[in-house]
Parts: sequence; structure tokens; C-alpha cells
Amino acid sequence: MDNLLETHAVSKKFGNFTALNEVSISVPKGSVFGLLGPNGAGKTTLIRIINQITMPDTGKVILDGEPLKNHHIQDIGYLPEERGLYKSMKVGEQAMYLARLKGLSKAEAKERLQYWFDRLEIHGWWNKKIQELSKGMAQKVQFVVTVLHNPKLLIFDEPFSGFDPINANLIKDEILRLKENGSTVIFSTHRMESVEELCDHIALIHKSNKILDGPLTEIKRTFKSNIYEVGIKSQNDVVLEQELASKFELSKANFKTLGEELKLNVKLNADESANDLLRYLTSRGEVSHFVELIPSANDIFIQAVKNTKI
Amino acid sequence: MNHLPLIIQREYLNKVRNKSFIVMTILSPIIMIILVAFVAYLSQLNNNKERTIVVLDESGFLEDAFQSTDNTTYKFIDDLSLDEAKRDTEANGDYGLLYIEDVDDFNELGEHIKFFSTDSPSLMLMSDLENNIQKELSEMKLIEEGIDIDKIKESKLRVNIAQESFVGEKTSKIDSIAKLFFGCAAGYLLFMFIIIYGNMIMRSVIEEKTNRIIEVIISSVKPTQLMLGKIIGTSLAGITQFLIWLILGGVLVSIVSAIFGVDVLQTQPVDQEAMRQAMENTNSPEFQSIVIAINNLPIGNLVVAFLLFFLGGYLLYSSLYAAIGAAVDSETDTQQFLLPILMPLILAVYIGVFTVIEDPHGTVSTIFSFIPLTSPVVMLMRIPFGVPIWQQLLSFGLLVATFLFAVWFASKIYRVGILMYGKKPSYKELIKWIRY
Repeated sequence: MDNLLETHAVSKKFGNFTALNEVSISVPKGSVFGLLGPNGAGKTTLIRIINQITMPDTGKVILDGEPLKNHHIQDIGYLPEERGLYKSMKVGEQAMYLARLKGLSKAEAKERLQYWFDRLEIHGWWNKKIQELSKGMAQKVQFVVTVLHNPKLLIFDEPFSGFDPINANLIKDEILRLKENGSTVIFSTHRMESVEELCDHIALIHKSNKILDGPLTEIKRTFKSNIYEVGIKSQNDVVLEQELASKFELSKANFKTLGEELKLNVKLNADESANDLLRYLTSRGEVSHFVELIPSANDIFIQAVKNTKI
Repeated sequence: MNHLPLIIQREYLNKVRNKSFIVMTILSPIIMIILVAFVAYLSQLNNNKERTIVVLDESGFLEDAFQSTDNTTYKFIDDLSLDEAKRDTEANGDYGLLYIEDVDDFNELGEHIKFFSTDSPSLMLMSDLENNIQKELSEMKLIEEGIDIDKIKESKLRVNIAQESFVGEKTSKIDSIAKLFFGCAAGYLLFMFIIIYGNMIMRSVIEEKTNRIIEVIISSVKPTQLMLGKIIGTSLAGITQFLIWLILGGVLVSIVSAIFGVDVLQTQPVDQEAMRQAMENTNSPEFQSIVIAINNLPIGNLVVAFLLFFLGGYLLYSSLYAAIGAAVDSETDTQQFLLPILMPLILAVYIGVFTVIEDPHGTVSTIFSFIPLTSPVVMLMRIPFGVPIWQQLLSFGLLVATFLFAVWFASKIYRVGILMYGKKPSYKELIKWIRY
């Protein structure tokens, strides 16, 4: 698969502190790439290196087949976590300034801003000062400025912080639409539910090292535990549970159904298939619930961090 | 991609359109001129106050010593006792009573004079009185010794030493005053400019940090470019403000002097007489010598050196101000870093004012006109007195080298500092940042 961005063994030290230790990631073209990790893991440093705000000590960054150069600034749209706008400047003027810093001409910038302001229904804000807007409103302006120059690569650092659910959804839809239009998105966050919804690929950074990466589905497969949630109605729940316990590893289930049935988490042994379990269950009662327990990004995150001893 | 013009444009417009900037631009000269005019007006009032001094001369030696003037009237009494005279003087509300005891020998008179007044008398008045008495007594002494006073008066000849350099340039005392004026004006202008607009640059860097916009901006432009854009944009705004002040000041001076009837520009007593004569008669020697003095100044050198040193010095300091702005989070944290910048600046002005006036080519002023942080101010003050070209070039070379170093240093601090939040850095940390 074609990669838009690759980093090869990128390291960065601040004095004695190692912020990144030989981190290599590959971001496929047209994907939404989740860059995950606990606070202080080095995500922001990596993003800043990609944006050429800081230079790596060793290692290199390849964008679209070329080593990272000055002119690539125009190919990247970056929404930092620490974000803000000039408070005393008018929205329109400010957006024009930032767009022109990204290399757009005056006319181009104006035209695209009109389009985006219409699209996000913020047209009336053009002559307002930032300090008159609420935080969420300012974030919308910031989002527009980030995507305005149609960059190949979009980098969002915690894009949803400061948005209410409605606007967060709006932005999420816009991100997905941008992806469909061919942009590649790098997405750094702690909010795992948005990772599930958006990301195709993820990389997990922990204590300056990359500890996990790949397509999200594949990672989930390696992390799956062969546990199935089971809901079943039988004549005698106690007997059934004892029978099951002798064959499988059981644990308490935590899901909701409408009826009053026996709820269990059943872990299959390596040589058994889901069909075997299902066949056995149907012979003993009426199965109302049978779901494979897929590890959530959250689980993977926590487990991977826990398993890594660095 | 070169975004410098764009950044300069934004910084400039943002400054110039700022409300407090506009208010300051318009109000400052008005306030200044009203203040100066007010002070001038008050001191005139004070001078015009009339006062009467009662003189009780029991000795009879000093009857001719006191001539009444516009402000001071001397009233002689001789038929009262001291106590009565004191009572009368106080009752009449006169300023004071000068009492001269009755002595036979005027040689001893000096020790037998007293002055009585309600409040302690002004220093000026007392020295006036003492001078008058001393003059009178001296003359009496001379007469006693049999010396013709008229001859002494005739023997006082006017001396005016003509100054000329070895290469034949004629100079004069007025010349030196003109040089001093131009030198000090240039040095002081630079000092003010650095303080006002350096601070403005620093604040605008801090503003970007506190607004958290900095990361958005530097994902588009290089920090060094942003810093230079800020410095240049703010400076242009500063020059605009200065020009407006100059024009507005000129207009206001003429308006105010018309209203108050005070010539604000001539509050200084030194050249007042010469100026007035010069106004009345352009052929007077004083006016000519002023014109000559100004013509004598190395105008070409002065203008070029002014532009270069002003620019060099200003840019050097403003890059340091920008670095400070980048290193801290809020203006209250700037104090510890501002001090080392302000020290050499203030030192430069002091050295300029005290040593350059004393001896423009002395060791102290020469040395400090080479040290980069003080050289712009000190050199600007020295140049009107004629500084060898090699010295100017050397000093300017050092200044440029230091400026380049300062920009490098500042941009290092800037790169790292603008992304650091929260903690106030120490000097040690700043040194560490340079190596990042």
C-alpha cells in the first residue's frame, strides 16, 4: 500500500530527556491514522517534527516519497492541541492571513473561506472579533483555517476538545468527508470512542517508544481473547452453569437484555470454534444473545500500555 | 516561501489600528505640550510676583546698594527702631526686613546685617542681596585704598577665544553646544525608541504565546521569519507614531504658544537672549555663529551614522526583547530578564551625558563607543564632535556582528521558548535551550 507519510527511526532528545526513541510509523494514503498514547508519551513531539516545528536529532521523515522539505508546509494542515487565534483580530481578516501564510493567493483564500463559512453556517462572523466568540465558535474558525488550503495531509491533535456533542459530530463528519475527498488524516487523541469511529490505522506510543501499530482490525484480531457473550433461557440455570463451567472458562457477563436469562462470558479453548459452542448451547436451551467480545480500542490501549515494561 | 512581507503587514496594521496605540499617538503630544506649557506658565507667574523689602540701614553706608527692579521694591526707612520696623513690615505684609547695624567701620559691616521674614527667604533673593552688598562694599574699599573705579571698569576687556582645529576648521562655544544638542538628541531618541518599541515587540510575542496561536503560525512560517517580521512591523508602526508626534507636536506648539502667550521652546534661559536677538536681527553675530555651527557639523557623516547606528542598536535590542518575550509566559515574569538589558542601555545614556560632554574623545567614552550594547547611544553622541572614520567602522562592525549573534541567540530561544508553557525558565534553562 502506498504511504503518504513515513518516519524512519526518528529520535529526539531534550537535554537528558528522550522524547522520541527511534519511532517509525507509516501512514497509508487516504487513511485516517490514529496516533495514540498516554500523556507525555511523545505524540506532540512527533507531530511537531512532521510539521517541521522541531527538527529530529536522528532519523528521517518522508512525505509523499520525498524527504521532508520546507515547501511541504503547504501540503500539511495542522490543528495543534494548544490552539488559539489573535483575540483582537476580526475573524475574516485573521482567516485570510493564516490562509495566505499557507501560500494561498488573496482571491483563492477569499473564495474558499466563503465556501467553508457557508458550509459550517458561520457566515455572519466575518467581521466579528475572536474575543466576541465562544470557545467552540473559535474552534470552528480554527478548523476551517486548518483545512482551507486542501492539504494532502491533515493533522488533528485532540480535535474534539472544546466542542459540544453536536459540533463534535459536525467536525467528525467533515473529517470523514475530507478523507473521502482524498486527504490523509493523522489524528491524535485520548478519546478512544472517536478512534473506533474514525481510524483505519493506529500507532500506539508509550514512553517515547512505539509499542504497537497497524490496521485497527488486525490489531483487534491479535488482541481478541476468544470470549463470547452468551444469553440463554433453560429449564435449570444452575445445572447449565455447572455443566458449562466444567467445559469452558466462565466469567461474569455485563450486558443488558430484555428478558430474564442466564448471562455468561464464555472463553473458548484454542481448539474449539464458535460453532461448537453455539451447537452445544442450542441443544440445552433457547439462545437469545451470542456475540463475540471484540476488544475495544480502549482495552487494547490499556492492555498494551500495561504489558510494556520500558 | 517568503512570508516576511505578509507578517510585517499584519504586525504593522495590527499595531496601527489598535485603539490604545491611536489614543497614545494623539494624546501623548497633547499631554506633553500642555504639561510643558503649564510649567512654563507657572514659572513665569512665580517670577512675576512682586515683593517689597524694607531696608533699615542704621549705618548709612548702603543707601545706594539697592536698586528697585520690576519684581523687587526696596523701601528705605530710617526713623524706626528695629522692633518697630519688624512689627510694621509684618503688618504691611511685606516680604522681609533687611537690617543693617550701626557700625563705624564699613570693613566690619559684613558681619552685622540681618534679614527678617515670615517664611525663610528664597535662595535667589539672599544671594542677590549678598551680591549687591558685597559689590557696594568692595567699591567702597577700593575707594578707600585710593583706586579709581572708572579705571577698573575700563580695564575689563571682553575676551572671546576663537577656536580652530589644526586643519583650519573654525569652531566656537556655540558650536560645541550645537554638537552636544545633536548628539544628545540622537542618543536619547534611540534610548526612548528602544524602550518603547522593544517593549511593544516583547508584548506582542507574549500575546501570541498566551493566545496559543503560536503553534498554528509556526507550522506555516519559520520562527526566525516570524520574529523578524514582528520586529520590522512594530518598528514601522513606531516610526509612523514618531512622525505623527513630530507633525502634531509642531502644530500644537504653535497653537499652544499662541493661547498661553508663552514661547514653549524658549523656556531654557541659556540661549534665550541670543535667540531673541537673532530673531530681531538675522545679521547679528550670534545668529550667524549658530548657522555656522550647524553648518560646521559633519552633516553627511551624522545622517549616515545616525541611520546605521540607530538601526543597528535598535535591531540588536529588539531581538533581545523578542527573546525575552518568547522565554516567559506573562509580562510579570519579564523583570529578571529585562534588567540585564536595561542596565547597559541606561549606562550608555549616563556615559553619553556625563563623559561625552566632558571629553568626547576621552578613554571612557571611546571604549564605550565600541562595546556593542552601549555603542549605538554613545557613538551617536560622540559623532557630532568628529570621530575618525576607522573608529566608526570598527564600532559599527562590532555592532553588526553582535546583532547577528543576538538574532541567532534570540531565534534559538524563540524556537524553543514559544512552545514552552507554564514554568518560568531560569538562565540555566535558557542556555540549555540553545543546544536543543
